[in-house]
Order: sequence, then structure tokens, then C-alpha cells
Amino acid sequence: MDAIAIKTVGLTKKFKDLMAVDHVSIEVKKGEIFGLLGPNGAGKTTLIRILCTLAQPTEGSATVAGYDIVKEEGKVREHIGLVSEKMIMYDQLTAKENLKLFGRLYDIPKNQLENRIYDLLKVVNMEKWADKQVGTFSTGMKQRINVIRALINQPDILYLDEPTLGLDPQSSSEIREFIRKINLENKTTMILTTHMMVEADLLCNRIGIIDYGKIVALDTSSNLKRMVSGTDTTVVELEIPNLTIEITSHIKSLTSVQNLTQSDDTHIKVQAKGDEAFDDIIDTIRKDHGKITFIKNLEPSLEDVFLHITGHEVRDQPGNKVKIPMQHGPRRMVESRIR
Amino acid sequence: MVNIKRTLRHSMWICGKDLLELTRNRLALVLLVLMPIFMMAMVGFIFPSSTSIKNTPVAVANLDKGIYGNMFVLSLEQVNNQTGIMDLRNATDFDDIKMQIQEGTLSAGIIISENFSSDLMAGKQGNITIITDQTNPQLSLTLQSVLSEVIKQLGVLYSINAFNLTYSQVVPYNTQTGGIIPGNPNYFQFMAPGIMSMVVMMALMTGLPHAISYEKDKGTLDGMLVSPVDRMSIILGKTLAQIVRGMLQGVIILLLAILLFGVHIYGSIWLVFFILFLDVFSFVGLGILITSFTSKEENATMIMMTLMFPMMFMSGVFFPIQQMPLAMQYIAKALPLTYATTAMRKVMVIGADIPAIWNELLFLIIFGIVLLIVAIPLFKRGMRR
Repeated sequence: MDAIAIKTVGLTKKFKDLMAVDHVSIEVKKGEIFGLLGPNGAGKTTLIRILCTLAQPTEGSATVAGYDIVKEEGKVREHIGLVSEKMIMYDQLTAKENLKLFGRLYDIPKNQLENRIYDLLKVVNMEKWADKQVGTFSTGMKQRINVIRALINQPDILYLDEPTLGLDPQSSSEIREFIRKINLENKTTMILTTHMMVEADLLCNRIGIIDYGKIVALDTSSNLKRMVSGTDTTVVELEIPNLTIEITSHIKSLTSVQNLTQSDDTHIKVQAKGDEAFDDIIDTIRKDHGKITFIKNLEPSLEDVFLHITGHEVRDQPGNKVKIPMQHGPRRMVESRIR
Repeated sequence: MVNIKRTLRHSMWICGKDLLELTRNRLALVLLVLMPIFMMAMVGFIFPSSTSIKNTPVAVANLDKGIYGNMFVLSLEQVNNQTGIMDLRNATDFDDIKMQIQEGTLSAGIIISENFSSDLMAGKQGNITIITDQTNPQLSLTLQSVLSEVIKQLGVLYSINAFNLTYSQVVPYNTQTGGIIPGNPNYFQFMAPGIMSMVVMMALMTGLPHAISYEKDKGTLDGMLVSPVDRMSIILGKTLAQIVRGMLQGVIILLLAILLFGVHIYGSIWLVFFILFLDVFSFVGLGILITSFTSKEENATMIMMTLMFPMMFMSGVFFPIQQMPLAMQYIAKALPLTYATTAMRKVMVIGADIPAIWNELLFLIIFGIVLLIVAIPLFKRGMRR
């Protein structure tokens, strides 16, 4: 058996003069959770739509589960499931009716379908709600049904396009838990798109960072982080209530210290290099009678990775349809989530 | 063969899903029944017929000084007591009638001329003028003909009495009017077939783009597109559901027309259903065509409305096509609704059989097929952007 679930070669999608997907060549291994990380409008959804045969590439080719996405779209469809940004279900139908309808479209025999629906509902703790109309559900409940709907044909490959978008933290973690469980138990290959660094970090085996339609970096989460920091760099955050100028200047004068920033009267952030760096810093502070009340070793986040690689922060990019004005400041994330 | 069966099976499921959704939507269900009732009641009661005229306020201004004027008024009252057509009042002269019509308290006036008696005695015709309210042309027209008929009859009676003649001597020709089926069709009989074919068209034209664009907007269409079902199943299933809905409305109108409004079907009821079906069929392609051009539900609905209204009024549903200017008649002849309405009318009102409506049926079939041939590839292409 081939160990590659998805392979794309120079995959490109143009919308008039906008390159939504720009010569993407990736390989997704069987059984892995592959993250596509990037701001809204970076081309994640378009890439997913091409890979699940909803859109045709302008250029390049791709195989999914060993089938060509253009020439063998029917075959591809049999092997995939899609959880898209918009929930695929009918509010006026009950949870069971929804699952049944989609199951029937895959020609699953009646008895088998009944059992599968029952099992899936059980996995997400929704058996009690089987005969209730989906429209009466909370967003979190709906998303649970939406995810098991995509699993009704027991796909080899599951596409998850922003699966936790608009969910509260609790529902988000439930869905993530469930995704991980399915991945482990069924060995389902998953492609997950997200603009949330935390989510990619939590779920994905490998992450492809996508920016303006291009894959700009692709590796495991820890390797990506290492790209920013180098192996022997440490960043520590310290809280020193009796912080003085002497302390800071003494730390700065250490040879191992590369950078020091002071965020307020009592907090400093120190970036240092070498094995001894940590000890040196603490010794220096103690010598100046500084009192350490809080210390935290800061690992670079994926956010730092994104910044490092693309040279700009994670922010919405003007897409093919929605023109989102560039926004800075704290409201940015909130707005992009609402969309 | 296996593929066709599979496509059909899938389309049945999709159709079933759409209908299930419809039955869960109470408002939509109520409107499904209510809309035809409104339609029928509206067109049924808005247009007056000679039988619907009762107690219409009519004033008589008797300017005549002699006895014949009074005699005429008396006999008019006598006739009116039997028929109850008018609510008779007195008026002094033309200006009085004019004022009352302007105020809206009168629908018509009858003026007996100053020289009525003397003219009659001199062997001349006595002049009677009927004045009607021109702001209501339909009612005016009906009143004019009713009143003229009453006055003519009174004239005949006068001749018989005054000159001692028999009825056949005064009115030697006996004319009888009638169509090719017995009885006088009322306005409903004329309207019902048109309304039926129109409502069925409307159901499809608004229903199909809604059904598809709505799912496109909501993203649920992706769920079907990403599954291994044939695209044909989706169009077919959606269309089937709309056909069922349209036919259902057609049947509701038919039942209402028969039970509530006394419409009689002279032709075969199966033929009526067949025409209803062809009517729907001829619009399926148009519906799909518009859906594949528009990505948003709003746009689809807007285009539908723009097309529907002219079609409604130009297809002879409300007004006979023969009354229209020549240019409009040509347009009317290109619209499928015209043919559906004509065929339906011929079957329902004058009991026509298939050979008599062959041209109409053929046009509907060809129109439907041509549009489908154009629409389906476009729809399939539109699904994959």
C-alpha cells in the first residue's frame, strides 16, 4: 500500500487576477493530521475545495487516495468526507434523518447504515437527540452532528475546514478531542485548516503554513518553532518586584544574553544563548538582591513562526470574494472569527 | 442501466428530503394552500358579471311632463322588484346625477328626456339616456348592457300594449346565443384554467431557484456535491420535488374551482393533469438556467420576478390575447404559459380532446426540451467553479 494519501503537484487556482492557490506541491501521509495554517483568504479553503472535487484547478494536478481529482472525481468522492466552514445539514430534519440522507447518497445498505448512525451518534453522545430537529440544537451540538455526517461513508480522508470556527472553548475542545480519537481509531487521514495557531499546534502532526496561496513552510510543529529560535536559545520571562536599573544593566552585560525587553516596572523578557545562560541570569539577579516571584520559560509560538517566515502577522488577506480591510490591534482575531 | 437506476434512486432521496423539509415548514404549507385560495377569490370576485350585479345604486331623472315617462318609471320599478338589480332613487337632472356619481353614491343614472311623451305620441322614438361611472369601466360596461336590455324589453312591452300586437310581431327574430357546450360559462370558468397554469408556473419558477440557490448559499449543496452522486440526481431530485409541489397547488386550485366556485370541467380530467405537467415541464429548464447563472438566492428570485410578471399578464391568463396590440401578441406567442393556458382552457371550458390541442402540447414539449438541453450543461458547469 502506498503511504501517501494526498499528493499535489504544482496545484494552482486562479480567480481572474488573483492567485488563490499558487503552485502548491505537498504530500500528505496516510493516517496523519495535516494542518493548513494561514489567515483568512490565504487560500486554505480553495485548496480544500480543489482536493474534495468541488473546484477544478487552473493548473497542476493532484491525487487523493490514489485517484486523480479531475479524471477520477467519482472515485475520489467515495473516499473522502468534508466538514466545511458552513455546516452541511438541514435544520428542518432530525439528526438521524440528516445522517440517513447522506448515508443513502453513498449507497450504504439500509441495515448497515442504521448501525453506523447509531454508533456515530453514540461516539459524540448524541443518541438522545437523534430524533430532534437539528435546527433546535446549539452550535456545538450541530457541529458534532456535522462531523459525524462527514464520517458516514467511513472516509479514508477527512477534510476539516475550520472545524471549531464559532464554537465556544468547551465545544472546541470536545470537537478536537473527537477528531483526535477518530484519527487514532480509524487511521483516518485528516487535512485540517485553521487560522488558530493553538489548534494547529494541538492537533496536527505536520503543519503547512500557507500565505497568499503559497506553502511557505511545512514541517512538524516543533521543527517549525525551532526554525525561529535555533536550538540553544532560551527566552525567559521574569517577574521581579524590586526591579532596578542595576539588575537590568547587569543582565544585559552578560555575554550569553542577546536581548532584553522590559514590559513594565516589574517584568522583563530575556533572550539568551548557551547552556549556562539560565544560571547566569538567575545568579546575576540574586547578586543584586533581586527577588524573583515568577519565572517562565517561553517557547516560541506558531505565531512567532508565522511572523518569522512571512514577515507579517497572521491577518486576513483580501480573498477572492470578501474584501476584508486590513486591521491591526486586538479586534483583529475576533473579527476574523466571526466571518 | 445500473447507473440510471442509481441516479434515479438518488434523485428520489433528494426529492424526498426536499418534500420532508417542506412538510416541516408550517408557514410554507399554509401558504401553499392559501395562495391559490387568494388567487381564485381575487380574480373571481374582482371582475363583475351580470349575475353579480345586485342593488346597484341607480338614479332616475324623469324630465318628462307627460304620462309615458311616469309609466316607464313604474314598469322599471316593477322589473326591478323582480330582479333586484338596482337600488332605484330619484334625481332631478343630469347635473344632479353627475354630482352624485362624482361623490360616489351612484353607479349610474337614467334620464328620461323632456319630450319623451310627446315624441311617443307623435310616433317618434322616446329618448332615454344611460349615464355610467367611467372610473369603473368594467362595472359601467356591464351596467350599460343590463340597463339597455331592461329598457329594450320595456319598449317591447309598450309596443305590444299600445298597438295591440303580438310579441313575434314586435320582435320577429329570435336569437339565441351559446357556445359549443351548454350553459353560459362564468368568469371563473374562463379564469380557472389560466390561474391553474399560472400558479403552477409560479410555484416552479420561484421554487426551483430557491431550492438550489438556498442550498448553495447555506453550503449544504456541497454535502451532496462531495458525495459520489451524479449531478443529474441533484437537478432531477430538486426538480421532482418542485413538480410535486406545483402539481399539488394545481390540484388545490382545481378542487377550489370546482367545489367553491362552481367551475365545470367539460374535457378529460386526466388531460387537465397532463397539461399541468407539461406546463411545469416547460418551465423546468428555465428555472435551472436561471439558477446556474446566479450564485445568490436573492439574484435568482429577482430575475424570476422580472420574468414572471410580464409572462403573467401577456399569456392571456387575465386578458384575452386577441385584445392586445399586435407586437405584444407576437411576444405572447413565444411564451409557454400562453400555450398552457390556451390548452387548459380549451379542455376545461369547451371539452377539447388531444387532437384539438396538439399544437399547444407540442410547443410546451419542445420549449421544455430545448431549454433543458441548454440549461443542464450550464448547471453542471456552474457546480464546479
